[in-house]
Order: sequence, then C-alpha cells, then structure tokens
Amino acid sequence: MNNLIFLIPVALGLGLLGLAAFVWSLHTNQYDDLDGAAQRILDDDDGPEETTS
Amino acid sequence: MSCCGDAAAGRQTLDLPAQMRERAREDDLRRASSEPSPGRLQTVWVVPDMHCIACIRSIEKAVGALAHVEAVRANLSRRLVSVTWRTDEGSALAIDHALDALGFAHTVFEPGDGSSAAVEARGRQLLLCLAVAGFASANIMLLSVSVWSGAVEETARLFHLISALIAVPAVAYAGRPFFTSALTALSARRLNMDVPISLAVILALAMSIFETLAGDGDAYFDAAVTLLFFLLIGRYLDHLMRIKARAAVDRLARLAAKSALVLGEDGETTVVPVTEVLAGARLRVLPGERVPVDGVVIDGASDIDRSLVTGESEPVVIAKDGRLEAGVLNLTGVIDMVATADADHSFLAEINRMMAAAERGRSAYIRVADRMAQIYAPAVHLLALVTFIGWTIVGGGDWVNALTIAIAVLIITCPCALGLAVPVAHVVAANRLFADGILMRDGAAIERLARIDAVVFDKTGTLTLGQPKVSELEGELPAKWRPVLRALASRSSHPAAKAIADFLQPGPQAELDAINEKPGFGVEARYQGKRVRLGRPGWVGAPQLTGVTFRFGDGDSVGFKLADVMRPGARETVGALKAGGVKVELVSGDHGDAVAAAAAEADVGTFIAGATPAQKIERIHALQHDGRNVLMVGDGLNDGPALTAADVSMAPAAASDVGRMAADFVLVRPDLTGVARAHETALQTGRVVRQNFAIALIYNCIAVPMAMAGGVTPLIAAIAMSASSVLVIANSLRLNWRGGLPETVDFRSAEAAAVAVPARLEAAR
Repeated sequence: MNNLIFLIPVALGLGLLGLAAFVWSLHTNQYDDLDGAAQRILDDDDGPEETTS
Repeated sequence: MSCCGDAAAGRQTLDLPAQMRERAREDDLRRASSEPSPGRLQTVWVVPDMHCIACIRSIEKAVGALAHVEAVRANLSRRLVSVTWRTDEGSALAIDHALDALGFAHTVFEPGDGSSAAVEARGRQLLLCLAVAGFASANIMLLSVSVWSGAVEETARLFHLISALIAVPAVAYAGRPFFTSALTALSARRLNMDVPISLAVILALAMSIFETLAGDGDAYFDAAVTLLFFLLIGRYLDHLMRIKARAAVDRLARLAAKSALVLGEDGETTVVPVTEVLAGARLRVLPGERVPVDGVVIDGASDIDRSLVTGESEPVVIAKDGRLEAGVLNLTGVIDMVATADADHSFLAEINRMMAAAERGRSAYIRVADRMAQIYAPAVHLLALVTFIGWTIVGGGDWVNALTIAIAVLIITCPCALGLAVPVAHVVAANRLFADGILMRDGAAIERLARIDAVVFDKTGTLTLGQPKVSELEGELPAKWRPVLRALASRSSHPAAKAIADFLQPGPQAELDAINEKPGFGVEARYQGKRVRLGRPGWVGAPQLTGVTFRFGDGDSVGFKLADVMRPGARETVGALKAGGVKVELVSGDHGDAVAAAAAEADVGTFIAGATPAQKIERIHALQHDGRNVLMVGDGLNDGPALTAADVSMAPAAASDVGRMAADFVLVRPDLTGVARAHETALQTGRVVRQNFAIALIYNCIAVPMAMAGGVTPLIAAIAMSASSVLVIANSLRLNWRGGLPETVDFRSAEAAAVAVPARLEAAR
C-alpha cells in the first residue's frame, strides 16, 4: 500500500490543475458569450486579421 | 432655415429638424458611451435580430470597415454589439447608420446605474465558489470512499487529515455566500435557511477535525463540502435565471427623451441633457419626440398622444397656453414651450416618488423559503438540544458522546433539499414562462402571483392594443383614390393616419404637392391641381360624416370609423381568471364611454374611468384592505405607481420604460393570455414547491429519529442527503411537462416587433 501513497498528491495536483484552468478561463471572459462562441467556430473565413476587442 | 413663427404651417416639420435631430441623436449616443481611454469611446448597441454567424460576420465586417472604428465585437448571447471608436475621426451616428444599412433594428444600450456590474461580479463569485466546492467535494469523496470501503487505523487517519486540509480552506472560501447571508439575517434578529446551513457546515467541520485529531470516530468532511456544492448549484441557477430575465428586459430598453432642445434668444437651438433643463427655459419639441419636462405651450400647435401618461386613447389638440406633462408624445407639429418645472419636479419625477413610496408596502412580503426557515431552524436546533440532553442523561454524563450525536442530528437535518426546493422549482418555472413569452424579473414574484385573488387591468395599451384600427367605412372608396389616400396618410404620424395606411395596405402612392399638416384638423395636399384633404369631417367639408374623412377636391367624401382594438385573448383571459375565482376589475385614465365599451367587450364587470395615478393606487389599497392579493396589469407611466403598489404586476413589452421597470413580469407575447398562463404556471410552481417541502419533510422524519438514536454514520448521511436533493430536483423538473392553454400565436417574432417599435420611434426623430 505504502508505495501507492504518491497517487494522492498526483490526484490532488490534477484536480488543482483543473480548478486553475477554470479560474483562468473565467477571468479571461470566456463565458461571456457562449452562444457566439458556438457559432464562431463554424466560421471558416480565415481572411485578414479581424478587429476584435 | 426659418424655425420660428407659425408652426401650424406644418410643411416645415418635414425638413427643418433633420440637422437638429442628428445632433440630438449623436449627443444621446455619446452620452450612453463609456470612455475606455482618452479620445476613444465605447458604445454598445442592442441588436435583437442577430441570430447566427452570418449576422455576426456582416455586422463586424460592416462596422469594422468604418475608418474611425478601432474594434467591434458582437455578443450573440446578449445580442449586443460593442464598438470602440476614435472620437476625433468620426461619429457614433456613422456607426448607427452602418447598422441601419444592414437592416438590423437596433437601439443603443445603456449600462444603467452600475447595478448590472455588481450583479455580474456576484455571478462570477458564485461560479468561483462553485468550482472550489466542486473540486474539494470530488477529492474528499475519493478519500471518503476509500475509508468506507475498508481503510482503517493509520490509513483512515491519514485520509481524514488530508480531507481536513482540503475541506477547511474550501469551506472558508465557498461557504462565504451562506455565512454572510446568515450573519446579515442574525444581526437583523431574523432566521433564514442560511443559518442552519452555516451552522451545520461549520459544526460538521469542527467535529470532524476534533475526531480526526483525537484519533478515532467518524468524519463528515465529505458531507460538509458536498452540501455546499449542492446548495451553490441552486444559488447559481437562481442567479442565472435573474440574469437571463434581466438581459431580455434590457433588450427591450428604448432611448427615452434624454436630451431637450433649448431655444435661445436668437432663435438658435442647443441640445441639453434633460437633467440640466431649468424651470423657465424655452424648449422646442419636434414631431415624434416626447416632451422632456412639464410646461406650457407658447407657440405652435400639435396633436399630443397622452396615452402612456394619462391613459387617454385619443390624441388631444394642444395650442398656445396648453399644458404639457413630461413624457407625452408630440405627434404632428413643432411646438415651442416654456418649462414650468425642471426635470426633478416634473410629472415623471412625481410618478417616481409615488413609486418609491408604494414600494415600501411590498417589501413586507416574506419569501416561502424564509417562512419555512422561521419554523424549521428553531425546530432543528431544539431537536439537537433535546438529543444532547437526552444522551447526557442516558450515557450517565458522557457529554462528549452526546455532543457528537447532537451534531450528527444537525448535519443530517441540514436543509439541503429545502435549500434546493425553492430555487430549482423557480428556475424551471422561469424557463417555462420564458418559452411562453413571459419574462420573470424576480424569483419571489412567482410566489406572490400564486396567491392573487384580484386582478386590476389598465385599458389603453393593456386590455387594448393602444393603436386604433379602421373598423368601418362610411361611403364608397373608389379604387383610384387609394394611391392618393395612401400618400396622404403616410405623411402624418397621427395614429389615425397610420391606421388608415395600415387599412389600405402598402401599394402605389400618388405624387402630391404642397403637403401640409394642420394639427388638430388633418393633412391636406394638392393632387393634379385639386385639393385633397384627410381629417376631421367639419374641416374637410363633409360634416354629415363622423369618422376621419377623406375628400377628393370638392366632390365626394368617404369616412373611416376608428376603434381601439382589443388585445387578442382579452376575453378568454378574463374568463379564465374569473373561472379560477379571481376578481377582475378595469381601472383606466380614459373617458367613461371608452372604458365602458372595453369593459363590455372583455366581459369585465367592474370598471373605474378617469382615474389618476393616485386614484389607481387608492383602488389597489382598497382591495388589499379587503384582504385581497392584487395583480396589476398595466403599461403606462400613469400605471407605474399602481404597478408598484400591487402585490405583483405585469406589463406588456410595448409599455413605457417606467411601467416595464416597475413590473415583475413582462409579457413579450402580443396577446393577453400570458396573464392567465403565468397565473397557471405560478399555481403549479406553488404546488411543486409544497411537494418538495413534503419530500424534504419525509426524509427528515426518517433520518432524524435515526440520528437521534445515534445510528447515523457518515456513509448514511452522504447517501441520504444526495438522495433527497436528487428527488427534489427531479420533482421540480416535472414543471416542464406541458399542460394548460394551447399555444395560439407565434410570439417569437413579436419579440422582434416589440423592439421594432422603439426603433421606429427613433427613426422618426
């Protein structure tokens, strides 16, 4: 059993990684326009750089 | 350009104000903008018809192509387009015109009083709490499962220690929404659901830490954290519902008169914000604009639409020395007026004061969940105390064991299901209402709606559409007159002219010369050398007719009888409400005959005509005094105070800003059946909430004796709490099962129509 103890920090670390990723996505306003994001991915106009804010 | 003199000469209304309008519009747009950096403004437009990637792309491309635009981003969820532009190189109006050219109806979005920023921040905080609680509960549950499945001694202790290390910071962070709310309630000497929740979580945590350090016994880390996780889901859903309704209501916002044209000594006009207009200032009001402050006409004459302000459905003619209330709509002629009050003392401000006064009555309502908490919380705490005393006596003074069992009682009774019972039912109900074209602005409103036993309707704009339609023809209408009549009617913004234009339907228009609108009489023009007139029978020269009359030259004439049309479904709605045992009344500011006719048509027995805003409030208070719970349905400025005074209120989407902001529900559908639908949904929601409470109660009846007997383990607690929560959520979802009135209209297009009304008003400016 004791040689499996390293799994605990690994599990916690992965969990924290997920949490950090979520917090980051929240702080970069990625949840502001869910409908728009769903539609924008269908757009395959890779033309000149768009003006975005 | 000559602007003074006889405004009744009318013709000048067509070309004089174009420049002024543009200036006023540009000013309004700039005022609604924010300034992210010097020399740059960020303006946000609401574009309700934006639906897909093609719309986004065309808007972003067209607006982005303007030289002075720095950045443009469309937000599809909120139907907003935000544009950052350089002020020294171009105007907001150019962007506005670009949107016009694309054919999208739009209005400028005003962020309002900053409260929306606070709401957003709260939503973000809840989401972060939810994420932390989710992370913690998943990891602790992992460790707990290993303990339950057989880890013992040192291993169990280690797992508990790790759990504690995760749980303590997680609870400290994710529990804040509950702790602060509980503290606020306690400091006001009240009890709400958050008090037992906070107590249970903190005690469970404290006891578990104690047991872990002492070496043996059970730990409830998983229970404490999962509890927070479940409850935060409920909180966040509740919050989402509010955001959704709020965004939908924002979408209806229109640009009210925010600026006024002040007339200088030299006859020049300057654009000034309404708030800076002082009593005694001379103002000019253009056709299609709302009067910014109370005043008296000094020059000119016009037809005035007072329907939103007083409830009168017929426009009245105002000439020199006539009084104007702030908010009335100038239809036909240019008028100059002297302000008799500044904006803070105008009719509108008076209405706002009455509303603030009426608001106090409503805050007395206590939400169902809080009413439950006032019984539940003391009962639970009493039970825990009884358990503690009982076990101390039975155990012969072993108070540590007694305390452990008492805390287990508190944990097991923690109102997890109760905390979800109300918000989940409300969210499901709000979604159902949303699908029915009814926006709910406040979760407590649906509880109040379920209790009503009296409904007061306003007439103009609520029971009726507020726009006249041609109901009958007097005489013959030869086909060759139609193009002439169409051209003539389209030149006036008088509602009667609009009704006639609608009646004739779009088609070829004749070329007219010397078009002239005489406020209070009608429009006239020359067609192939002959004079054609549309207006009052006496003025046209056909006094034998009664309706709006058209006369071709000196020859024959034809009359159009107009009537205010009932909103579709009015009679059915009144019938459905009456069948449900609800008393229905009609209280209107309009004249007696018109109100009586509408009352008869909608089958409303009791009606009051000519009511002022104060009298409307009085009537509602009188009903409330009889012990009734009153629903007010109204749309106008004059209904604002009554909407606030009633227990619960609704407004159609086309209502005045004041009416819409005061109402708890906004009807996006064009017919009136929304009132009956909302009432029915409210009753069903009430039933589901009661069932949810019953489920929670049954769970407690089983679990509490077990806990008091000392037979609860952390595993049982975890299973029981999750099971009751899932049951409650499943029961709430039943609200989605359809029933009730069949769908009769396609109101989805009506949402666009409701927004198109303000857009048209602006186009007229």
